[in-house]
Amino acid sequence: MAVKISSPKYGMKTMAAGLAVALLVSASAAMAQRDPAYASARAMGDVGERMDGYLGVVGPVTPELKKLVADINIKRKQVYFEQAQAQQVTAEQYAFSAGCRAIDRTVPGEKYQAPDGSWQTRTTAPALKHPNCL
Amino acid sequence: MKHRELTGIVPAARNPLMESSCHGIWRASRIGLVAIAATTLLLGGCVSINAPDKPIVIELNISITQDVAVRLEQDAEKTIDAHKDVF
Repeated sequence: MAVKISSPKYGMKTMAAGLAVALLVSASAAMAQRDPAYASARAMGDVGERMDGYLGVVGPVTPELKKLVADINIKRKQVYFEQAQAQQVTAEQYAFSAGCRAIDRTVPGEKYQAPDGSWQTRTTAPALKHPNCL
Repeated sequence: MKHRELTGIVPAARNPLMESSCHGIWRASRIGLVAIAATTLLLGGCVSINAPDKPIVIELNISITQDVAVRLEQDAEKTIDAHKDVF
């Protein structure tokens, strides 16, 4: 009997803990994924990876794209500053290295900035990277 | 008479260039040596200091840049994975 009485109590606790875990997981999962608007803008080639590690608007600048890119770049800048401090380099240096990686990680169809400053569409061939990239 | 007159009148050479005394040669050679030494110090010294200096500095910069680039790109890779929402 004692077990039966106490079991719903534990059950409630477990459920609460489970809910908290589920919330945390869903929150981190949301953080680990691109916003749908950002994901589609990338796929459409409206935005591309710049050489300096930031996102750029490829075609005509619309207020929506401008805001999207600005929001992403503010978050990137914060990450770059934190990591640059840890690595004891300037934020620009860190951002550039991150840009090298980000350009390398673009998938076919996405846009990236070539060393000459032009926008290129990524193909299955390796991306054209700045000589200072690895 | 004639012979005596000639030897008596001719004065001693006064032009230093015409003097073939031991002191003259010594002074000239010393000036030459000092000049050679100074030239060696000025020209030889500068060249021997500058020549090895430049390549060393350049090589050092390249190695540091490469080293930093490797470290940064490896770290950036992790950073991009950790912030997939903004990359």
